[in-house]
Amino acid sequence: MADHGAAEEVVQDTWVGVIKGLPLFERRASLKTWIFRILVNRARTRGVRDGRMINFSALETPDSEPSILNDRLSANGRWVQPPTLWAEQDPEAVLLRDETADFLHEAIDQLPPAQRAVVMLRDVHGADAKEVCNILGITETNQRVSLHRARTKIRAALENHLKRR
Amino acid sequence: MLNCRDITERASAYVDAALPWRMRLQMWMHLAMCRFCRAYVRQMALVSHTLSRLPRQRSDRPVPEALVTIFRDAHRARLPGDTSQ
Repeated sequence: MADHGAAEEVVQDTWVGVIKGLPLFERRASLKTWIFRILVNRARTRGVRDGRMINFSALETPDSEPSILNDRLSANGRWVQPPTLWAEQDPEAVLLRDETADFLHEAIDQLPPAQRAVVMLRDVHGADAKEVCNILGITETNQRVSLHRARTKIRAALENHLKRR
Repeated sequence: MLNCRDITERASAYVDAALPWRMRLQMWMHLAMCRFCRAYVRQMALVSHTLSRLPRQRSDRPVPEALVTIFRDAHRARLPGDTSQ
């Protein structure tokens, strides 16, 4: 969205759509998927109006973006600069580190739109791959590639964050 | 034989158990021998699990009055016996 105000209007508009449409809800998808689809449709309509149309599927093809790990692996595919080992072994330990939650929100905000949308729905909101394809209107391949890229970038960012003690 | 790059490219699908069993087996064989890739895959799983426990960012803005009105009206419309308004 162009700004916070536009996003709030879209959310408001979505709830109007949900309340009006609820009697017609056919349970073909979960309520959550249905609400997210209304949200994405409203956001798209608003995006067109504001000249900020985003096509989620066009942006994420398998070779649309070089891997951020290219420098860390050799030409024959072996680790040159292996992953730094983390002391933290579970989510609670990771989140207990100072400002890690804020840091992760920032890392997500910096992702390109499609990757951000997919990782938010899959990992933060717990939707499955089919639901995400359905909500965003993308293919299974787009979904997988976006999620892979998003998690790869967040892992790299977290690696830097956890290193800084 | 898969190399380390192949593992990093499939790590996200591997932690979601979204790979065909043959590929999963090949990944497993590489991981049994390569501690760097084991660390990498474990970290990818940890990223996903940590995001699922991420505290939600709460908006500090009040709920817009228009939205409150919409909810109130919808609620009243569904309570036909309520004549208190």
